Amino acid sequence: MDSKKGNKIISFIVFLILAAFAVFCLAPFFFLIISSLRPGVEMIRNGISLTIDFSALNLNNYSLLLEGKDGIYPFWYLNSIIITVLHTTISLLLTSMVGYGLAVYDFKGKNLIFTIVLVVMMIPVEILILPLYKLAIGIKMIDTHLGVILPFVVAPTSIFFFRQYATSLPKELLDAGRIDGCGEFKIFFRIMMPLMMPAFGAMGILQAMFSWNSFVWPLIVLRSNDMLTLPIGLQSLLTPYGNNYDLLFPGAVMSVIPIIILFIFNQKAFISGLTVGGVKG
Amino acid sequence: MSEPLVANIMKQSPRHMRFKKLFTSQKAAPYLFVLPFILSVLLFFLYPIISTVIMSFQRIDGPGDVTYIGFKNYQNLLNPHFLNAIWVTTKYTFWTILVLIPLPLVLAVLLNNKTTIGRNYFRSAFFMPALTSVIVAGLFFRLSFGEQETAMVNSILGVFGVEPAVWLQDADKSMFVLVLLATWRWMGVNIIYFLSGLQGISTELYESASIDGANKLEQFWHITLPSLKPVILYVTTISIYGGYSMFAESFALWGSARSPGEIGMTIVCYLYQEGFNNNNLGLGSAIGIALLVIVMVVSLVQLWASGFFKKETN
Repeated sequence: MDSKKGNKIISFIVFLILAAFAVFCLAPFFFLIISSLRPGVEMIRNGISLTIDFSALNLNNYSLLLEGKDGIYPFWYLNSIIITVLHTTISLLLTSMVGYGLAVYDFKGKNLIFTIVLVVMMIPVEILILPLYKLAIGIKMIDTHLGVILPFVVAPTSIFFFRQYATSLPKELLDAGRIDGCGEFKIFFRIMMPLMMPAFGAMGILQAMFSWNSFVWPLIVLRSNDMLTLPIGLQSLLTPYGNNYDLLFPGAVMSVIPIIILFIFNQKAFISGLTVGGVKG
Repeated sequence: MSEPLVANIMKQSPRHMRFKKLFTSQKAAPYLFVLPFILSVLLFFLYPIISTVIMSFQRIDGPGDVTYIGFKNYQNLLNPHFLNAIWVTTKYTFWTILVLIPLPLVLAVLLNNKTTIGRNYFRSAFFMPALTSVIVAGLFFRLSFGEQETAMVNSILGVFGVEPAVWLQDADKSMFVLVLLATWRWMGVNIIYFLSGLQGISTELYESASIDGANKLEQFWHITLPSLKPVILYVTTISIYGGYSMFAESFALWGSARSPGEIGMTIVCYLYQEGFNNNNLGLGSAIGIALLVIVMVVSLVQLWASGFFKKETN
């Protein structure tokens, strides 16, 4: 009896600990939403404060999203959507091909290429921003959506993920396809790709999240105000001459919502996309 | 007129077929599959690396106005700004590892316990911050750690009679905010790494241990920790890489690569400031190469210290 009671107390304490950390994780979302319903002047005066005057909250800031700063916010939103969709689609197509090629075939140089995939994974992108910037100027990609997408679209982590997944594909299907007279690419697109759909789901969601939140490279490539993505646009509202909190908070809240919706409906895909990468490697 | 045209098509079509055959042959196909990666690596990885190595030996005053200056840029790295940047970045990396490994590990163990109530909800809640962009996170932390008496953290401390602090103007206090921001955003991700590691441990190990009379703490120490070693090693390695290449968190907290008294100046912030704000591509490149060397040395030392190479040779 005593030990059972002890177990109950322990699991209650565990629950309290977890709840405390859950509050730490979720409270910022709550306060971001509350702050988006307050006039921006109050942010400058008080910062984000604990006391909330619920009667003073209103949706005025949200209408500013369409009108404020000559209605630039919807453009940022659109840019983020375009870049995320293009990046994710192109990336899935190309990295799945590469991963599949590395997993299914035996060919000269295969190990070398796979080693290079691992090396590229290990090099921090940040050390390359200067030469990449110079290159982007050279090939006229500065301030274009393509310039944001192209350098990182063949993502090595995604290749690694697809390779791991494709090694478990049944090789007999490859031979069967060949006997039926299918070319190698037809085998990939018609037979193997459908079998790899779970991998596409997991990687697609993860790539979309990274692309949507991507900060460092877009900050460098994008120049004109109407080309910016959401993170860069929001960042541009923080200026030495005063911060436009009226626009920043509702803008930030709206920028988080699509990813949260994606997460709520695809939690498993998020998690499997994350974990296959390193742990077993 | 029409006859040579037909003949032409007749002649061309086998060649066209031959080309198609080559394109889809089993020998050529694998290379075509990996071609996107090869092109991408050559253009967006190898070329930039070579170009940054070359630039690090140059003084670049404008397009076409380039002088070779040997190791001058590297000598210039020995300045107080860069040394401060190394110090700030190392502190940040140290603290993030110190927090972002034990804490998520313990939480993952608690979540992995089948009797824990609402474990899936907790897991989702812990992961939510990872979905936000660093700018959104920075916005929350800079304003809840605002210098006003009424700002969230100051008002909580005020309840305990602590004087309101100016958080983002002081080296130690702002380091605390930076590490807290990183903890908020990455805790859930590391929890998921550890959870997937925990699920790989066979339950029989625990069963036989508890038959032998080992309590939960002993089981954690002698079974869980050793089994998780590969995951811990992996998370440490990515934390070293992430920590040393930190840039966006600092940028988001202060709204630019510059911070008062350079208290948030990381190596990449310094690279950004020299390369983009001061247009000093040569020095910027040298900073990049130095960062690469630092990161590799630190992670090699880490792997050596944890006995990674010893295991390889056995």
